[in-house]
Amino acid sequence: MLKDRSKTEAASPSFFSSHKSGAAPATQTRASNGLDQFFASIKDLENLSILDFATASQANISFITALGHKIYSNDVLRTLEELFGGEGEFLANQADPERAARFLKETLAFPDESFDGALLWDTLQFLVPPLLDETVDRLFQVLRPGSLLLAFFHAEEKLDSAPLYSYRIAGPKTMSLIPRGERRPTHYLNNRTLEKLFQKYQSVKFFLTRDHLREVIVRR
Amino acid sequence: MSSAPAPALHSDSRGPAVIGKSVMIKGQIFSREDLTIDGEIDGSVELHEHRLTVGPNGKLQAGVKAREVVVLGSIHGNVEASDKIDIRKDARLVGDIKTARIVIEDGAYFKGSIDIVRQEAKAAPAPKPAPAPAPQPAVSAAAASAPATPVASEVKR
Repeated sequence: MLKDRSKTEAASPSFFSSHKSGAAPATQTRASNGLDQFFASIKDLENLSILDFATASQANISFITALGHKIYSNDVLRTLEELFGGEGEFLANQADPERAARFLKETLAFPDESFDGALLWDTLQFLVPPLLDETVDRLFQVLRPGSLLLAFFHAEEKLDSAPLYSYRIAGPKTMSLIPRGERRPTHYLNNRTLEKLFQKYQSVKFFLTRDHLREVIVRR
Repeated sequence: MSSAPAPALHSDSRGPAVIGKSVMIKGQIFSREDLTIDGEIDGSVELHEHRLTVGPNGKLQAGVKAREVVVLGSIHGNVEASDKIDIRKDARLVGDIKTARIVIEDGAYFKGSIDIVRQEAKAAPAPKPAPAPAPQPAVSAAAASAPATPVASEVKR
C-alpha cells in the first residue's frame, strides 16, 4: 500500500538536493523495455502528439520529431519545485487546493484526447494523493483511447534517497539518464498500488529492472 | 592628406538593428532587416525573411514570426521560424514552436509544443537522397544489459 514518508522527511532547501557523496554520478545510457514497448506501439504511425514530462532536450525533440510526430515538452520536476517549494514543505504544499489546481493547470491544461502517448518518466512518484489521483485522472482525459503512457517508479521500499535524472531518448530501446540531484521519493508504490492508481485504464504492464526501477506501461 | 579609409556608408555595414536593453515597446514590430532585441516587447514581432535575435536581457511577451530566431533571453508567446530556431543555454521560451529545424542547448528552459514543418513541402520537387541512418549513441555492453530483466507482468481489464 501507499506508504507516506512525509513524517520522516528532513528539511532541505531545494527539491533537487545535491548528491550525498559529493561528486555527481556519471551519465548512464541503458536499455529500457518500457521505452521499447512505447515506441513499438506507435511504429509506422505519423503525425501523433506526444507529451514529454522531461526537461526539454535536443535528444527527445529530435527523436520524436524525426519519427514525424509533434512533441509537447514540459519539465514537470521543475514545475513541482516552483509550485511546492523545498523538501520540508513539499508534501503539505501539495495538499493546498490552490497550488494543486495551479499544478494541474500548468501541466495538463489541454483539451480532452489531445495526445497519442505520454512519457512521464519518474514524475508521478513525487506526487501524493489527492493530487496524484487527480493527475492520473487528468492524464486519462487528455490521452486518446488506446494510447500508452510510460512512467517509472522506484521499486526499493527502503530507499532513503532516489537519484533524479533528466531522461533523454537515445534510441527506440535505449535512454540516457543525466543526473540532476537526488531526493527521497514521497512514497513507495508497489504493483497493487499502481494497479489501483490506474484502475480506469485498459491495462498496466510492469518491468522490474535490476537497478530497482519499476517501468510501467499503461494503456489508456 | 589622410590615408585612413573613408567610413563605408552602405547599410550592410551597420550590422543588425538593435533594440537596447533599456527600451520597452508595446505594440507590433515589423522589420525588413535582421533585428536584435535586448529590451522588453509586449505585442508581436514579425521579420518574415530575416533573423531575430533575442539578447540575454531581452524579454518578449509576444508572438514571433521570422526566418530564423536565436533566443538567449526569454520569450513568452508562440514562435514561427520558417528556417530555424536556436534556443541557447539559460534562455527561456514558453509557447508553441513551428519551425523547420530546432537546436536547443542544455540548460535552456522550454515549455510548449514543437511542430516540425518539413522543408520538402515548401521546396521545389527534387530527387530525394536516401536518408542517412540516425546516429546512435554508443551503449556499453554492461549498461545495455544491466536493467532489462524479463520480469514483466501485465494486468488487462
